[in-house]
Amino acid sequence: MAWTWLHRFGSPPHFYRVAGKLIPWFAWPAAVLIAVGLVWGLVIAPPDALQSDAYRVIYVHVPNAWLSLMAYTVMAVAAGVGLIWRIKVGHAVAVAIAPVGAMFTAVALVTGMLWGEPTWGTWWVWDPRLVFELVLLFFFMGYSALRGAIEDPDRADRASALLAIVGVVNVPLVHYSVVIWRSVHQGSTVFRSGGPAMPASMLWPLLVAALGYTFFFGAILLLRARAEVLNRERSGSWLAQLAED
Amino acid sequence: MADFLHMSGYAFYVWTSYALAVGALLLSVWRARRNLARARVAARRRVAMKGGQ
Repeated sequence: MAWTWLHRFGSPPHFYRVAGKLIPWFAWPAAVLIAVGLVWGLVIAPPDALQSDAYRVIYVHVPNAWLSLMAYTVMAVAAGVGLIWRIKVGHAVAVAIAPVGAMFTAVALVTGMLWGEPTWGTWWVWDPRLVFELVLLFFFMGYSALRGAIEDPDRADRASALLAIVGVVNVPLVHYSVVIWRSVHQGSTVFRSGGPAMPASMLWPLLVAALGYTFFFGAILLLRARAEVLNRERSGSWLAQLAED
Repeated sequence: MADFLHMSGYAFYVWTSYALAVGALLLSVWRARRNLARARVAARRRVAMKGGQ
């Protein structure tokens, strides 16, 4: 198999340049789609028959929860690429994702509490969906903590990559927890058999916001990975040129 | 307008969620841009030190 494209993209100067060119293509759609999705959900979408305006928390809760899973999966794949093919940029991308992933997860958890209190009557329950999402936060934080505890950069890369890969089993557990176990948390609204369980007037702003968050994740990932790639470069002749771009 | 802000009594939950989510987005953009700016300064410094040898 030809892995040359992977190695080419994995060359630090190439990655740094391409990432720099790609950022606006993620950042601008992100800004527009998130603004449109959130305002639409807040102002135009109709109130819910049972939850009235409390359900509007969904427009920030679901995109953050979706991105927490997406971010972890991409982090584990990037760390795996770094570990298996010894491509340094893979580790750099994983490092770049960890703090952002932790942020999405924390916001998903807290907005979930802010939704749970008025609708379930409690801020927190030890429910499978909530517990696995909390475990996801610990994996993001554990990844960064483990790196911080190992001084040798190569060893830190390998050990943290292993942790990231092991933790990926948690991702399907979060997603399918509401199907497998009897849960307080409501089931999937969008990706479920029989189609979305929401009228289009409520669903569209959610999809727009979620798409915007996905672009946002791309932009932040590239921005942070550029900084990480630059920090890792000690002596490359391209460094002088790049630092000026 | 007052009705809109009131969110049928759920104002605290809805507005806190939105403020938190938007605040987190802005904070992460600010931090990512700061990281890259710092990495650039540090890289230039390393280049300058090598050139002076």
